[in-house]
Order: sequence, then C-alpha cells, then structure tokens
Amino acid sequence: MSVLVVQGLSKSFGGVLAVADVSFAVAPGEMLALIGPNGAGKSTCFNMLGGQLPPDRGSVHLDGVAITGLGPRAIARHGVGRTFQITATFGSMTVRENVQMAILSHRREVWQFWRPVAGRHAEEADALLAQVGLGAQADRATGVLAYGDLKRLELAIALGNAPRLLLMDEPTAGMAPAERIGLMHLTRRLATERGVAVLFTEHDMDVVFDVSDRILVLNRGALIAEGDGPAIRANPAVREIYLGTGATSGGH
Amino acid sequence: MDSILPQLLTGLATASSLFLVASGLTIIFGVTRIVNFSHGSLMMLGAYIGWSILTRLPRDPEWFVLGVVATVLATALIGVLLEVVVLRRVYRAPELFQLLATFGVVLIIQDVTLWLWGAVELPLPRPRWLRGFVEIAGNRFPLYDLILIVTGPVVLGLLWLVMNRTRWGTLVRAATLDREMVAALGVDQRLLFTSVFALGAGLAGLGGALSLPNASANLNIDLSVITDAFVVVVVGGLGSLTGAFVASLLIGILQAFGIVLVPKITLVLVFLVMAVVLVFRPNGLMGRPQSEAREASVAAPVVRPAPPALQLLGAAALALAAVAPFFVGDYYVTVLTDACVAIIFATSLHFMMGPGGMASFGHAAWFGTGAYAAGLLLHWLGAPMPLGLLAAPVAAGIVAALFGWFVVRLSGVYLSMLTLAFAQIAWAVSFQWVDATGGDNGLLGVWPPDWARSPRTYYWIALVLSVGVALLLRRALYAPYGYALRAARDSAMRARSIGLDVARLRMVALVIAGAACGLGGAIFAYGKGGVFPTYISIPHSVEALLMVLLGGLQTVAGPIAGALVYTGLADILVRSTDLWRLVLGAVIVLLVVAFPEGIAGAARRLWLRGREA
Repeated sequence: MSVLVVQGLSKSFGGVLAVADVSFAVAPGEMLALIGPNGAGKSTCFNMLGGQLPPDRGSVHLDGVAITGLGPRAIARHGVGRTFQITATFGSMTVRENVQMAILSHRREVWQFWRPVAGRHAEEADALLAQVGLGAQADRATGVLAYGDLKRLELAIALGNAPRLLLMDEPTAGMAPAERIGLMHLTRRLATERGVAVLFTEHDMDVVFDVSDRILVLNRGALIAEGDGPAIRANPAVREIYLGTGATSGGH
Repeated sequence: MDSILPQLLTGLATASSLFLVASGLTIIFGVTRIVNFSHGSLMMLGAYIGWSILTRLPRDPEWFVLGVVATVLATALIGVLLEVVVLRRVYRAPELFQLLATFGVVLIIQDVTLWLWGAVELPLPRPRWLRGFVEIAGNRFPLYDLILIVTGPVVLGLLWLVMNRTRWGTLVRAATLDREMVAALGVDQRLLFTSVFALGAGLAGLGGALSLPNASANLNIDLSVITDAFVVVVVGGLGSLTGAFVASLLIGILQAFGIVLVPKITLVLVFLVMAVVLVFRPNGLMGRPQSEAREASVAAPVVRPAPPALQLLGAAALALAAVAPFFVGDYYVTVLTDACVAIIFATSLHFMMGPGGMASFGHAAWFGTGAYAAGLLLHWLGAPMPLGLLAAPVAAGIVAALFGWFVVRLSGVYLSMLTLAFAQIAWAVSFQWVDATGGDNGLLGVWPPDWARSPRTYYWIALVLSVGVALLLRRALYAPYGYALRAARDSAMRARSIGLDVARLRMVALVIAGAACGLGGAIFAYGKGGVFPTYISIPHSVEALLMVLLGGLQTVAGPIAGALVYTGLADILVRSTDLWRLVLGAVIVLLVVAFPEGIAGAARRLWLRGREA
C-alpha cells in the first residue's frame, strides 16, 4: 500500500500549464526522486503537495485520506514532514529546542501556558539529534551552525513530527559534494529504518542515482519517464532533454 | 444639496496638503525603509520657518512664492542635517530602533521649536491678493484653496518627471525596488539616501509653508500631521507616489464630507476606511508586497533563562521595592506606583512585540480600554475597585480579540500602522463621546476604596499586581505556548510545516498582551483618581515602545529595566528642566546609536562575552 498517491495533478498559471496530469505513488521506506530541467514543474508540484498552492485538478491521498488543497499546517498534521530549499529553522532557540518544538507540536502540547519547555521530550529530541549526527551540538544556538548542520537539523525537526511522508525540496542545495552524499545516505537510512516515504527534488544527478529507489522525470509539466536508476539512464527521452539530441548544437 | 461642490473643493484642497506631506514620507520610506516619525516635525518646522520668512517679506505674490521656495530649501537643508547626523547611523539597526530614533528627533524638534518661536500660535495674516474669492456655480470659493488644489497634481507631475526622466529618479525607483542590488551596482548609497531625505524634507517644508494662510504655525502640527500622513501612505501603499495621491484624495474628500455628515466620528471614519482597505488589500491600494530585507534578517540570539546572578539581583530589587515605602516620602511612593504600572505596560507590549514579532504603535489603546472599563463601571454602576480591576483586563482582552481578528494576517509595518490607527479610533471615541466618557474632561473620582487609599497601601497593591503580571507573562514565554509563538516569529513557514497555527498563536498573544495592559490601565486610573483621553494618545503609546526598546526585545528582563529607567528618567527630567523633551529625545537618539539592542541587550552581550560558543 502506498503512503502517497497522486492522481492527475494539474496546475496552470495564466495560460501556462505548469503541471499537467501528473500521477505517481510512493511506498513506505521508498526514496522517490523528482527530477527535470529548470521550469519542468518540480517546484509547482512540490508546492501543491505541501499545501502552498491549491491544485487546479487532480487529487492527493495520504494513506488513503484525501489531502488535496489543504493548507500547509493541515498537511503537516496529516503526517507530512518537510525540509526547504533554503533552510528554515527557529533562530532564537537552541538546536535541541528546535526539535522539542516539533515534538510538542506533534503531541498537541502547544497550548500550555504553565509548565516550562525545558527538559520536556528532551531525551526523544536528543535521540533524533544523535540519529542525524548533531548529538554534540544540542545545546548550541541554531544561528551558529554550519549550513550542512542546519540541513541535518531540518531533517531532525521534520522527523520530530513523526511523518509518514517526507517532502525534501532540493535537500542538498548549497552543500559541498561530500556533505551531500552524507546527508542523503543518512536520509536513506532513516527512511528504511522508520518506513518513511521520501519524495525529493534534486539537481545533483550523482546524488539522485546513488540514493533513490525510483526516479520520476518531469519536462514541461508532464511526467515523461519513471523507473529505477539504470532504466532512467537508458531512457532516450530523458537523455534527450538532459543531453540534447545533438541536432541543434552542431553535432558535437 | 448646495453644499456638495464647496465640500468637494475643500476636500480637494485638504487632499493636496495631505499629499505634500505623504509624498515625502513615502519616498523616504521607499528608498531608506525608514518610517520617519519626524516627518510631521519637518512640516511643523516648515510652517514656522515659513512664518518667519513670509512675515518679513513684502506682501506681494512674487515675494510669497520666493518665501515659500526659501522655506523649502531651508527645510531640505534641515533634512540633510538630520540624515547625516542621526539616520545615517541607524540604517543597519532594526526597523523599530529607527522608528525610535526618529521619535527622539520629534521630541528634540518640539522643544527647539518651542524655544525658538515660543508657545503661542503664529497665524500668517493673508495678504490682500490671497483674500480673493472665485465664483464657481454660484458659490464663492477662496482663491487660496484653488491654488492649493492645483498644487497637489502639479507636485505629483513634477515628481513623476523627476522619477521617470532623470538618472537620479531612476536610481530612486531602483532603490525602492531593490536597495541591495542598487548598492551592488556601485551607486553611492550615502548620496542617494541624503538627497532623497532632502527631497522628502523639502516637500514637508512646502506643505508646512503652504498650510500657513489657512491655519497657523503651532506646536501640535507634528503629531496630528504624522498620523494623517501615515494613514495616507498606508492606504496608498508604502513607497507608491501615485498611491499616496489617490489615498490623499480619498481621505481628503472623506474628511470634508465627514465633517458635514457625521461630525462626531470623522476621525473614526477615516481610520475605518484605512482598516477596510488593509483588510482587502494588505499592501495598500497601489503597494506591492515588501521584499524581505536581506541584510536585516540577522538571527535573534537564543533566549535563555536569566543567569542566577541576575535572578538574585531581581529578587534583591523586589525586596528593596517592597520595603521602599518605609524609607521614602509619599511623592516617591507615587513615582514607584507609576513604575509598577510602567512595568505592566512594557512587559505586555514586549510579549506581543518580542516573542510575538508584532510591533504595536498603539499599545495605549488597551491601556485606555482597561482604564475606561474600570472608570465607567464605577461611574455608571458604582462597581468597587476589585471588580474594576477584574473587568479591565477582560474588557481590554475582548477588544484586543476583535481588533486581532483582522490584523493578525497583516505583516510588519502595516500591522504596526493599523495598531496606531486603532489606537486613534479608541482615542477619538474617548474624546468625542462626551456623554459617556466625559470627553476631554475625563472621568473623575475614580478612587480606590478607603482601605486602599493611602499611597503606601495602593503602591503595595500595584507592586503585587505588576510583579504577578510580569511573572505570569514570563511563565507563559517559557512554556510551550511561548516557544510556539517565538517559533512562528522566527520562521512562519517552518512553524506551519510542523503543524503550528501561526494566526491563532498571534491572536492569543494579542489578547494576552491587551488584557495585561488593560489591567495596567485600571491600576493607573485608580492611582490617579481619573481616566482621560490622554491615556490613549500617541505619545503614550510611544512611551511603551520606548520602554521596551530601551530595555531591549531579546530578554524578558529587558522591558522591566526599560520601564524603570524610563520612569526614573522622565521623573528626573520633568522636575529638573523645562527642556525635558529635548534631553529625553537626545538621550533616545544617543542610546539607539550606541546600543541598537537596548540596555538589557547590551548588558547581556557584555555578560555573555566569551561565555557562549
């Protein structure tokens, strides 16, 4: 049974069809990469899944429940975790408090005005931080973290919500190549251990072919290919949009 | 309906005057991102300087024009001075500190003007050529108003030419859209900012000089004009000249007809229009969404509980405060009571402004609501003090909830401006609804019962309540709710993605802050024995801002320190010098330039130096 089922998702801006009739599904523990050239509709697709944009047509189901057109908050409540292309964390809190906040929200303990946060769910938060390799930094201010560590923190925050689906928009953007592989292997491990479905967009093809179970290729809003790494590598349509046919550039 | 045409023409004349001031404000904001509180003061200076020049010149049209031009140049020069001496030093400071610095300038200019020209209103006798009338459709219409009506569009046209046909204007428009990019292209920002400020100040000076024949040079111009100008600029859209023009017309005509049709609630009407516009067009009629200022997004430091040493200091101060009445006279006990009220006033504002991220220019609205709730209950129902103290926070909380319903969606400067607008509505109601509130005379005889009447007893009551409020607010900030509120401020996007309801968190912060502040208002009312519209005035709102910003936003102890320092400073200044506004203003400006993170913030930085990894 798939965690996420997307059917016939479409969105147009003015007269431009940004996403046209896209359908796919993600299974628990599966890493699904969404790739395509600039302007292919990856971000639009992502924003519809995350609740930032309402789709024109189509449906999104999470564990069989329709979440089509819900806002970002409601979608988060249904068990979707999210990391952003440009990291978004709570700058006035320590690393541990960032994760505590996510756990408090997940446990519906936000509307409490008396008992201090300090120490609450701290062990659970520390465990999550240890899993993403930030155990030693739990007491540090978020603002002083290196960029790669912020990405790891985002992952820990997203996991604090105990998600069944993780949406990662360009998770390795702005990172050094060595760090990229490290972060994605970590994600891979967490996905397998926790049975979390992961859908991510990515520009680095090494990362994509290294960690993903399956790859979706978008071009001009339409899904043009779907399959595992070797199949996508061999797909002529994909080779054409990524490498060109050679016909227009003089044959070299 | 004979009166339609004259009212329309009066409205158009008002619109022109409004536009002159608002255009300068909006240009300055567009380029420098500074909300210039002292813009009204520049107009006031324009009026005074204009008076001094015009009364010394021959009373012919050509000399009048020459005198106005000289006034514009003089005001522009003062603007340059202001920019170079003060504002240039605070461009990197947080938005609110810039506002604070410009309010310091307001205070300084008030006293300098008073000192130079005296307290008496200075009317400019209209020369004979200006006393003429023009007959339009059977109505005699003052020539000067027609001149004013023409001035607005002419200035708009000239500004349009400057903005669209000169290299300088292109730079200004570019900087309005993306300041960093303009800097990256190698444009001298200093020169650009200074010249923009000169232009804005000159326009304010023009407005001031041209207002003379219809009004007079007086010391109330600054704050009344700045409120109107804020409304126009916000309704039109921050940074948009055409928007400011359209909004001036709208507001000017609305005022002209409002005075005839609903004289009592004209002010309310104007602010209601602003509120309605902002609900439907959150960026004003012609404004565009503000791009996030890249350089200003410095991460707030981590909030941690106060170190033991500071907690000890706080406990010692509290103990000292508790026994103080045994050592000082009644006068100082009263000052201490005021300090307790100030602590509630400041901590409640800090609650929504620091962790909540919603700066309020109109915090006095809740203060006044609480005070009037207690006063009216006593006045009309004879309710005793304990009931009044209970009703005040409830009333203020309910009003805050009504207000919050439509402002929590707005962001940044717009939200702040709406708080100001709302405070003005509350002020207008308290001032104009004489039957219920006693109007300007206020509600008198709001005294505590006999058992609490001695200054000493009342001080202890105030002390217990204010310490209680401060501790409760602190408690909430360290509880999950406070963290969630701070999370929503740090990153609304991230907060939503972990399932936090950002709008509701903010709304509740507003209600809590309003309720707490309302209690402060009631304590103040019983302490002073009366409730007056001045409780809701702009300067009172600004006092709260001053306390919080002086103390610093980043610590919970900050607003308390700010409230104490401010109360002490104001008390010493008021008693020791007539020029207290000047001194206070100068102190504010110096503090902002020296400690952009506030007193407590600076102390914290020194304390933490070398301690935090």
